[in-house]
Amino acid sequence: MSGTTADSLVWLGTPSFPEAARTAVADGRLRANLRGATRTIRARRSTLAAELSDWEELRTSAAAVKRNALRHLDTHLIRLEAAVTAAGGTVHWAADAAEANRIVTGLVAATGEREVVKVKSMATQEIGLNEALATAGIRAYETDLAELIVQLGDDRPSHILVPAIHKNRSEIRDLFRDSMAAWGRPAPEGLSDDPAALAEAARRHLREKFLRVKVAVSGANFAAADTGTVAVVESEGNGRMCLTLPDTLITVMGIEKVLPSFADLEVFLQLLPRSSTGERMNPYTSLWTGTTDGDGPQDFHLVLLDNGRTATLRDTVGRQALACIRCSACLNVCPVYERTGGHSYGSVYPGPIGAVLTPQLAGIEHAPSLPFASTLCGACYDACPVKIDIPEVLVHLRARAVDSKRGPVPTAEALVMKAAAATLATPHTLTAAQWVGALGGRLLSRQGVLRSLPGPLAHWSRTRDTPAPARGTFRAWWRRTHRQEGR
Amino acid sequence: MSSRETVLGRIREALTDVPDTETHDTVTVPCAYRDSHADADVTGLFMERAADYRATVTRTHDARAAVTAAFERHALTRVVVPAGFPDEWLPSAGTWQRLCDEPPLGVQELDTASGVVTTCALAIAVTGTLVLDAGAGQGRRALTLLPDYHLCLVRADQIVGDVPEALRRIDPRRPLTLVSGPSATSDIELQRVEGVHGPRTLDIVVVEPEGQDMGCAEPKCARAERPTVPLFPGGPQERPVRTRPR
Repeated sequence: MSGTTADSLVWLGTPSFPEAARTAVADGRLRANLRGATRTIRARRSTLAAELSDWEELRTSAAAVKRNALRHLDTHLIRLEAAVTAAGGTVHWAADAAEANRIVTGLVAATGEREVVKVKSMATQEIGLNEALATAGIRAYETDLAELIVQLGDDRPSHILVPAIHKNRSEIRDLFRDSMAAWGRPAPEGLSDDPAALAEAARRHLREKFLRVKVAVSGANFAAADTGTVAVVESEGNGRMCLTLPDTLITVMGIEKVLPSFADLEVFLQLLPRSSTGERMNPYTSLWTGTTDGDGPQDFHLVLLDNGRTATLRDTVGRQALACIRCSACLNVCPVYERTGGHSYGSVYPGPIGAVLTPQLAGIEHAPSLPFASTLCGACYDACPVKIDIPEVLVHLRARAVDSKRGPVPTAEALVMKAAAATLATPHTLTAAQWVGALGGRLLSRQGVLRSLPGPLAHWSRTRDTPAPARGTFRAWWRRTHRQEGR
Repeated sequence: MSSRETVLGRIREALTDVPDTETHDTVTVPCAYRDSHADADVTGLFMERAADYRATVTRTHDARAAVTAAFERHALTRVVVPAGFPDEWLPSAGTWQRLCDEPPLGVQELDTASGVVTTCALAIAVTGTLVLDAGAGQGRRALTLLPDYHLCLVRADQIVGDVPEALRRIDPRRPLTLVSGPSATSDIELQRVEGVHGPRTLDIVVVEPEGQDMGCAEPKCARAERPTVPLFPGGPQERPVRTRPR
């Protein structure tokens, strides 16, 4: 079972970003799947965002609501707890992943059931809930189509919104044909790779589970502190099935998801669907407040999850990442994500937001390469509906990553920087270094590109291709061409 | 120490930069966004936008005739009718069987019903959304979820312009479902497929009071009429910046 915060958030045994990215970039099929998907969704998002003339004002309000919610997080959580309790729900507090898993497992065990249906939830992935439930002998069924694809394939999600974005239709068809039977109703004979046929197979496979299973686990997109209303935003109706049919509902929610008031939803329900799927509104949004006699689960539990969020809150620059509403717009616009895919980030949270969230939630020592997995182009900041300045946080975390490595013995990077500082200090040393560099560069380059450098510099060049140094330096050229002018 | 105290203690420790004079109810946020992006013809806009999601939308004075036509078109035999649905809107004669939810229908009965017919609490024009609040004529949430066909009747005066107007009118303490078109997924190569788990067909009938001029009855036609009206007249800069006290 998951122990520390980092255990399930960062995938153990996965290579660091630079190594994983090298493999991913060489995978032509993956790149084609990703390119097609991100381009489609980018185009849709920008069309739908442009439809609202006050898009910037909505972003400004959303950012202000979120930031103010975070500045008084303790008060809002206490308000939320009181409102949910008054409406018939039970609130639990979990300081870390292990505690959240213990709470949920205990609640399921208390019902006497051995199965749960799940709504797609980043928070439960982050804490490794399915694995924890399995250890306790409880089977968790993912019901979102993409999550089902990931679960059947014993795979990992590669995108926040469309976790199976790395798979194309024929791969999914093969997976359904080979694996559905082990989890319940098998795929129909002669299943084609038409998306409608695949969706139909998923509908039939999951329907008997929806009608049978008595306990559901969900995440939450928002929770309003004043009314205790919890919101889940979805498309397929699997969320409604889980939130409506079972007797018991357990919702695991990161503490940062609280909104001060129900009225704030008017901003987020305009921004979220347009930013994530490029729709004016997602097909289904469920809003519930505690329990209602004769309608839906009569036993409702809300688990408030810290798991590194308070540590993130402590950093006055980094805390803005907690405003994230998991729309995934930043993934779809990121040139790095488009080429490497989500798995390279080695975390439940991929892409630009993952690069700032994962190192903060898990501790920077568990994901030191992620703040560098960006070109700092700023497209993510422009796309973010809550105006998280991801480049600012990336640069801030890079400094923290470097600082965390500072010890009594200087690192190779620190020594190189020191040497560079000495070299740049006088014209003579610079001239000498340039001469050596130009000569060495010409000897080592192939077709004008330096791919690997010798000795200790190899570490640096492993993740970078560098143009070979020019034959002559600018200063040499200046001396040569301006001598006649009396210099 | 309980985990509640641990988490709250960590939060307070993390927020030492927030001055004591600042409290959650004194903070203000800028609200310069528009209350609505709809134009005057909210009914026409609602019909256009709901049709965008491949819901079938019709507009009528005669609700009973529209419902009867829909029942026939879809050959409905066993139809769930929630308590409080107006009897005068139901087909008077025919081959269909009315399923009442009193006592509550089991999930198997709902799953095998051929459809459900409901009213709604509100509808939102800009997003083409139906708001269900489990009130009279709508029933509990499962009724509009398990049958494969949903026919929803919207009175024209229930249509509001945009999301903020709708949320200000609904009671958050009720179980709420916002429905924008039939169930859909884009999980496979981002290609939209209608109908995964919710009703795969959603029909909407907009009921106009007698004597009201409806323009034309088809959303396609309503769309053709609209371009003369700018969808978003003015800009946000024309509105004063409101600051909402919290």
